[in-house]
Amino acid sequence: MSTISITVNGQQKSGTAQGNTLLVDFLRSELKMTGTHVGCDTSQCGACVVHVNGESVKSCTVFASACDGAEVTTIEGMANDDGTLGIVQQAFHEEHGLQCGFCTPGMVMSIADILRNNPQPTEAEIREGLKGNICRCTGYHNIVKAAQSAAATMAGARQAAE
Amino acid sequence: MAKDNGIGASVKRREDARFLKGRGRYTDDMNRPGQTYAYILRSWSAHATLNSVDTSAASAADGVVRVFTGKDIEEAGLGGVPCGWEITDKHGNPMKEPAHPILAIGKVRHVGDPIAVVVAESYQQARDAAELIEVDMTDLPAVVDMRTAETIGSAVHDEATDNLCYDWELGDGEATDKAFAEAAHVTTLEFINNRLVANPMEPRCALGDYDEDADHYTLYTTSQNPHVIRLLMGAFVLSIPEHKLRVYAPDVGGGFGTKIFHYAEEAFVTWASAQLKRPVKWTSDRSEAFISDAHGRDHVTKAELAMDAEGKFLALRADTRANMGAYLSTFAPCVPTWLHGTLLAGQYLTPAVHCRVRAMFTNTVPVDAYRGAGRPEATYLLERIINKAAQELGMDQAELRRKNFIRSFPYDTPVALQYDTGDYDATLDAVLEMADYKGFEARKAESAARGKLRGIGLSCYIEACGIAPSSLVGALGARAGLYEAATIRVNPTGSVTVMTGSHSHGQGHETSFAQVVSDALGIPEDQIEIVHGDTDKIPFGMGTYGSRSLAVGGSAIVKAVDKVVAKGKKIAAHLLEAAESDIIFEDGQYKVAGTDKAKAFAEVSLAAYVPHNYPIEEIEPGLEETAFYDPKNFTYPAGSYLCEVEVDPETGKVEIVALSASDDFGNVVNPMIVEGQVHGGLAQGIGQAMLENAAYDEHGQLVSGSYMDYAMPLASDLPSFNVETAEGTPCTHNPLGVKGCGEAGAIGSPPAVVNAVVDALRDYGIDHIDMPVTPLRVWTAIQEASVKQAAE
Repeated sequence: MSTISITVNGQQKSGTAQGNTLLVDFLRSELKMTGTHVGCDTSQCGACVVHVNGESVKSCTVFASACDGAEVTTIEGMANDDGTLGIVQQAFHEEHGLQCGFCTPGMVMSIADILRNNPQPTEAEIREGLKGNICRCTGYHNIVKAAQSAAATMAGARQAAE
Repeated sequence: MAKDNGIGASVKRREDARFLKGRGRYTDDMNRPGQTYAYILRSWSAHATLNSVDTSAASAADGVVRVFTGKDIEEAGLGGVPCGWEITDKHGNPMKEPAHPILAIGKVRHVGDPIAVVVAESYQQARDAAELIEVDMTDLPAVVDMRTAETIGSAVHDEATDNLCYDWELGDGEATDKAFAEAAHVTTLEFINNRLVANPMEPRCALGDYDEDADHYTLYTTSQNPHVIRLLMGAFVLSIPEHKLRVYAPDVGGGFGTKIFHYAEEAFVTWASAQLKRPVKWTSDRSEAFISDAHGRDHVTKAELAMDAEGKFLALRADTRANMGAYLSTFAPCVPTWLHGTLLAGQYLTPAVHCRVRAMFTNTVPVDAYRGAGRPEATYLLERIINKAAQELGMDQAELRRKNFIRSFPYDTPVALQYDTGDYDATLDAVLEMADYKGFEARKAESAARGKLRGIGLSCYIEACGIAPSSLVGALGARAGLYEAATIRVNPTGSVTVMTGSHSHGQGHETSFAQVVSDALGIPEDQIEIVHGDTDKIPFGMGTYGSRSLAVGGSAIVKAVDKVVAKGKKIAAHLLEAAESDIIFEDGQYKVAGTDKAKAFAEVSLAAYVPHNYPIEEIEPGLEETAFYDPKNFTYPAGSYLCEVEVDPETGKVEIVALSASDDFGNVVNPMIVEGQVHGGLAQGIGQAMLENAAYDEHGQLVSGSYMDYAMPLASDLPSFNVETAEGTPCTHNPLGVKGCGEAGAIGSPPAVVNAVVDALRDYGIDHIDMPVTPLRVWTAIQEASVKQAAE
């Protein structure tokens, strides 16, 4: 057992972990942050996607110990400071991009990452970018629309700022 | 202008916020003080005698609380996992119904059959200790292929030496034979309806918590129907009466049928928590889900369609073997029979239909209902054989269907159903227009210029939803009623709490049910709360499956609302000093007809709880009503789907260029949610048609047992869909006129996809490829056909 300290959604958190404790289990069991989900055991489903030091990561593929000192953003940190939904979250709500909600945290985190790297993706680029996230409810139709809608909102915000 | 609230409005979902912020409460998110963790050691052999299970080393390992085996279950005298439906075979005998112990006793019957459970202080410790269990097994020949199961000489259960659970038939065999003898043309099709794994993204989880002082049990579980679990587990497995057992299914991450059933793990954690006096939690991992969640489909079928010279259908004959797996799961026996054979009339005036189904035990995971459950298998059978017939007769696939459509309702089919209403021309016309069917040949030529083969495939489905009249299903072998219950609690200041027996695991009931109640009571949706999933809060419920929530659960809500309004009228009549018969209720007001005298809904509600001026001699205070709704008939959603594909003949790769869907769901409460349901169904149907296959090898090992091998549809595999809900023909026998939409996409799309692929390959003389139509299968079919053509 060793003590791991990470900054999660801007807050300093620490807890204990074994050498083989995965980041996702550390978040869920040790820090009691259950927004990040586990949907498979082969790193395919993407329900556990978080951002580590600004990079999109499947939190079932890294050890908690490897994240000591890192900045981690989870789904719990994606809303605005006043508690309203962030742009990607709001787009999911508007476009009915979620049904059971289980894959949703990973989807939101992945799309935020896709749009950060490619602010105006084509439909094909969105679909390609979501290859690491499995949804069984929506057929992806409205998730793709949500990503497009979020991209448009962000573009509008950028324009307004200029 | 589009409505922004009430029935017919695409109201945004109120449940979204908690899911989008990571605040959903799924079963695995819950933890209880003093909780222990269960890890299940599962059989790696498909079929073996269990000689001994030595748990001594595991029991002594770090953190282990106790290790349980089948012996403990046997000594405790626990019941087995019950089956909820008994089929009577064609000779009038009951199906074979072998015991299904919670943990294996004497024998293991499929890879994944639970042998022992380690309960420890942590999940890791339980898992590590399980490796120390020594199991001595003697392998037996595995029964895997249904086609040889009767003669293989190895029995999954001693009670069924031929591995036959039942041999069932439906329809008039003699009339069918006669029609075939007189037919001008007979089309025959043999095919496999591939075995699937439901794969809701949330793996199953169960947490048992026994309160010693109150002698009370709580089971938190990933279920589509918590009351059904309470009934089955309480009454048949653990002998716990209802008042001592709470079953709570909180947020559930998708179900698709596989979370209907009562599973051994639920009974185990509930029972073990009382043995250990500590909560016990089990969470499935994905690999475990593949070998312990009930699978779906898995039929081997020979179908024959008899037609006259003009293409009029005279008779249909179907002979199916359906896989039950190693044990009978909760609803398994009814899926290939009453949910499959009864749908073989489809949208067509086929005068004679006969269906035989042999249900087989095999050394594979139990097979039960998966999105559509029997109806996708029936639709695939019909819609594929019709396209093969059209190909043989040189007829247009739409015209052959149109020639045979049912156009007069109510219609009694030759397979025991009565369709109440429908308009099959309307959805067919709509989809042909949406997909520009007329322009197909030009697009085909354009594809050909690029070296691609273009095909177009139609599918016209019907399904029976809103299951079902209790007296009918009782006569057919169901061991439960299939009504639904709802309570409307009007609070003193006029807000409303609705307790529904339907369960939402992605369907958005919290939003759509509030729309229904808002319309009925004339109060804003934000004054209405929907409560579901907890046996302690809800009077009763049969749960959500078979697209029944709105048709049956919604009807129960409407009935309860009617009772509230009826009582409210008595109160209002008293307050307004008018005759009860003069009171009308509209727009949230109790009014004296023909006057401007009125009392608001909230005023009457308050009077019910502050009954100072109240007809106390006539009625009790309070305003809360419960209703049970038992449907009069099934509902019959129907529609037409058109798929267009491009096949690369060099690689066999199929691309879906367009998929259009026109559905008649009757009245629609929330079009946004309904379209979302269709999208999801389409993805699962396309998954079955092109990607997914639960493949066993000859030893009974599940070859596609993880997401590395089982091809779940990804965003990059699918197109955007062209989905329209037709104005529709409202259901004639439920108060909302709704039919159900949850399964349609998965029912209608597989034959549309395969029909399109076969159409693309028609110049090779190819008339069938089994699902999934993978590049390998398509490429192989092209190679074989090319060799054959070259030889001719």
